[in-house]
Amino acid sequence: MIVADKKPIEEIIEQVKDKKTVLVLGCNECVTVCEAGGKKEVGILASALRMYFLNQGQEIKIDEVTLERQCDHEYLEEIRDVIDRYDAVVSIACGVGVQFMAEKYHSTPIFPGVNTCFLGVTEERGLWTERCQACGSCILATTGGICPVSRCAKRLLNGPCGGSTGGKCEISKEVDCAWQLIVDRLKALDKMDDFETIAPVKDWSTDRAGGPRKVNREDVQP
Amino acid sequence: MRLQYPTDIRIIRVPCTGKVDVLHILHAFEKGADGVYVVGCMEGDCHYNSGNLRARKRVEQAAIILDTIGIGGQRAQMYNLASSDGPLFAKYAAEMDTRIREMGPNPIKLAQKNAA
Repeated sequence: MIVADKKPIEEIIEQVKDKKTVLVLGCNECVTVCEAGGKKEVGILASALRMYFLNQGQEIKIDEVTLERQCDHEYLEEIRDVIDRYDAVVSIACGVGVQFMAEKYHSTPIFPGVNTCFLGVTEERGLWTERCQACGSCILATTGGICPVSRCAKRLLNGPCGGSTGGKCEISKEVDCAWQLIVDRLKALDKMDDFETIAPVKDWSTDRAGGPRKVNREDVQP
Repeated sequence: MRLQYPTDIRIIRVPCTGKVDVLHILHAFEKGADGVYVVGCMEGDCHYNSGNLRARKRVEQAAIILDTIGIGGQRAQMYNLASSDGPLFAKYAAEMDTRIREMGPNPIKLAQKNAA
């Protein structure tokens, strides 16, 4: 899922302080799971903003809506009838949702309420860690299901660098060396032959290096 | 025991303090409460293992938000006591009552009156 983290309330206050009517818009998908932008967080942010502005003597109407998703036309359409009532929207979906909102509703300013961080997993409640950088050409088949692109600080594709010590990366003692994990896993799978095979130069054009990306599936298009 | 405690405290019963969310606390302030304190079982004694520990974290989160928006984080407090400890219940009630009286009314309540 896409993992996001809450923005400080002060930053959001700064964004909307000159508005009269504001919609706090949540998303029921990834940001709900990572407890940054779901219905509950919408309620907390809206309540905090209402109290702040009331306390400042400012009359700002702050409403709450949480959509099923903000990355699909059909769900964003649900607010078409009410969007004109608002001077601004604080979207606490990921950056994708914020941008799709902005593309769809040209005349309403959309402000981000979260910082979108990475594609990751819930290791435990309150701890999310990165697993994928969406590089566009997956090599997990040969790396024991552990991604060196997202988990190695140097994105090395043919074994660890000299900074791997005791299974940890040189950037931090808390960060596992991805290649240590890969070697351990390949040994457990009895597939160390994969480790000996030299990985070819990776085509990074499918990564961000190739510019904004697109998946065009004519087979499923109407 | 016939213990006395301040009369301006409204008790809201919950099955476990783990039920109490940040949102409940914030809504109480939005509706004009001058202070909110959550009284849970002793830490380590939760029937659901971690309900009171979660409640403490949520009260702390609410306090941070209240500080940020200028209401005052000290208006929210977590207490722990055993269900048989009436005197302590009364003591915490008096303590919270004194603290809130020193801080004054919830500024939101005044702002709402002025806006009306």
